[in-house]
Amino acid sequence: MKQIVIISGKGGTGKTVLTASFAALAKNKVMVDCDVDAADLHLLLQPVIKERHEFKSGKTARIDAAACQQCSKCINVCRFGAIRDDFTVDAISCEGCGLCSYVCFDGAIIMEENLSGEWFISDTKYGPFVHAKLGIAEENSGKLVAKIRQVAKEIAEKNAMDYVIVDGPPGIGCPVIASLAGADCALIVTEPTLSGLHDAERVIEVARHFKIPVKLVVNKYDLNPDMSDKIEYFCKENAIPVIGKIAFDKVVIESIVKGRTIVEYTNGKIKEEVVKIWEELKGFSQCR
Amino acid sequence: MIISIASGKGGTGKTTIAVNLALSFKNVQLLDCDVEGPNAHIFIKPEIKRREPAYIPVPEVDETKCSYCGMCRKVCAYNAIAVFPPSDDNKKGSVLIFPHLCHGCGACSLLCPAMAIKEVNKGIGIIEIGGKDDLQFIHGRLNIGEAMSPPIIRQVKNYINPTRTVIIDAPPGTSCPVITAVKGSDFCILVTEPTPFGLNDLILAVEVVKKLKIPFGIVINCADIGDDNVDKYCQDNKIPILLRIPFDREIALLYSKGIPIVHAKKEYKEKFQNMFNSVSKLLTPRAL
Repeated sequence: MKQIVIISGKGGTGKTVLTASFAALAKNKVMVDCDVDAADLHLLLQPVIKERHEFKSGKTARIDAAACQQCSKCINVCRFGAIRDDFTVDAISCEGCGLCSYVCFDGAIIMEENLSGEWFISDTKYGPFVHAKLGIAEENSGKLVAKIRQVAKEIAEKNAMDYVIVDGPPGIGCPVIASLAGADCALIVTEPTLSGLHDAERVIEVARHFKIPVKLVVNKYDLNPDMSDKIEYFCKENAIPVIGKIAFDKVVIESIVKGRTIVEYTNGKIKEEVVKIWEELKGFSQCR
Repeated sequence: MIISIASGKGGTGKTTIAVNLALSFKNVQLLDCDVEGPNAHIFIKPEIKRREPAYIPVPEVDETKCSYCGMCRKVCAYNAIAVFPPSDDNKKGSVLIFPHLCHGCGACSLLCPAMAIKEVNKGIGIIEIGGKDDLQFIHGRLNIGEAMSPPIIRQVKNYINPTRTVIIDAPPGTSCPVITAVKGSDFCILVTEPTPFGLNDLILAVEVVKKLKIPFGIVINCADIGDDNVDKYCQDNKIPILLRIPFDREIALLYSKGIPIVHAKKEYKEKFQNMFNSVSKLLTPRAL
C-alpha cells in the first residue's frame, strides 16, 4: 500500500480537482481529505456518510465566578491574553495550557475538554472516503489530520488496498506536516506565477525535510509560459520530476459547478493530461 | 482602522486584494500574516530595513537542580516534556524536551518546585520590516519544518501602527492561524469565487468572522465564471458585496509576474478607493 499526498504550499492551485480525478482513475484505494479547515473534496465525491465520530482535542479554561476571589493570578500568568479583566475566559485565545488552573488557589478554574470537530467514514462511488470537519475557530487541525490519515491507513490495510490518496491542506505548517508524515510520495501542484513558485519552493523544502519524495505538476501553465519554464528549470536543477502540465480551461469550473470530476466530465485534452499524470504517479514506487 | 483580508481558503485572491487596496491610498501599513506562504512582498517589492528573529520560549532543564519529580511533565498540556527518574539500571535520570510541541505557555518553569527550568528562546522564523515609498510593510516567515505559526503572526501584529490604515493579509483556513491574524480587526473583507468550492469556503469564513464579531463584506473574484449561488447566498444573508473582479487573462498574467493590478490598469485604483469608502461607511464611528 502506498500513500500519495497532494499538496501545494498554497490553496487554489487545483489540488482538489486533481485529487478527485485520481479518485475516479485509481482502482482499489481509500480517499482522504486532509484540508480539515476548509474541506472541498466531498463536493466532487458526493459521499454517503456511514460513520460519524466526535473529535475531542485540547481543553479550554472556565472560571467559576462563585469561587473566584479575583486575585488576578490567572491574568498575570496567562501568556495568551485569554483571561479578561472581568475574570471571564476568551475561549478563542485560550490555548488550553492549564497554567491558570494550577496557580488558582481558590480552585475556581476548570479545564474543560473541547469538542473540536467531527470525522467521517463515507461511501462514494469511487470507494471509501475519510473526511472531517474542524469546528469553526478550533485548533489542533494537525491532530485531526493525523487521526483521519490513521483511519484511512487502517481501512486500506484491512482491505488490502493499493493506495491511500490524500488531498492535502495549504501552507507549510502543522496540518501539512501531519499530512506528509510517513507518506510515500508528495505531488505538488503549482501555478506559473511568482507566488506559485515561491510557495512551491517552501513546500518542497518541507517534504524534503521529512524525506518524502516529491513530484510536481504545473496547473494553468499557459497563463504564463515563461514562468512555467522557470518552474520547470527550477525543478530540473533540484532533481524534481515534472510529471504534467495542465492548460487553463474553463471546462474545469464547469465541472466543479456540476459537481463532477474533470476526467468524467470531459473527454478533452485536459482529461488526457490528467490520466497521464496519474499513470506517472502510479509508477512512483521507484522514486524511493 | 484595521482591515483584514481573509477567505477560508487560499488561492481566491486575498493577496491581490490586500496589495492593491494598500497601493490605492496614502498612509497605509500592510502586514502579511500568511507566514506559511507570504506573497505580498512579491508585488510590493519592499526595501527591507530590519530583520528580527521570531521566537517561542521553550524550557531548558538544569539537571543539577532537577529532582525528577515529574511536575513539568504532568503540567505540560502539549506532551512536550518526558521525565525519566534515576533507576537501578539507569543511575542518572534525564528530562527530554520536544521543542516542536511546546506552545511556550511557561507552566513548566513557573511550577517547577526545584526551580530547575529556565526558558530559552527558540527561533521559529523571521520578521522583516520595511517599506516602499509611503507604504509601511511587515511580514513574517515561518521556518521550514516548524508547525506553529500563531506566535509569529502575533509578533507581526505587534508592529501595528495605529496612526495608519492597517491592512492585514490573513492566512487561509478557519483555525488558529487565521483567527490569530484577523482578531482585533475593525472590518474583514472575505474574498471568494462564484463556484461551489468558493461558496463552501465562504460559508466557513463567514462563521469565523461572526464568531469573532467582526463586521464584514465580500469581494467576488473571477466574478463572471461559475454560477450565481454566491450572489444568492449574500442576498439571502444580507452580506454586502463590496467589489466584483471579472476573470481577465491580463489580470492573471499581471499576477503571475508579480505586478499589482493598480500599476497596470489605472481604472482599478478608483475601484479599490470606492471599495474602501464602502467599507468605511459600514463601520462604527469608533473604528474610524
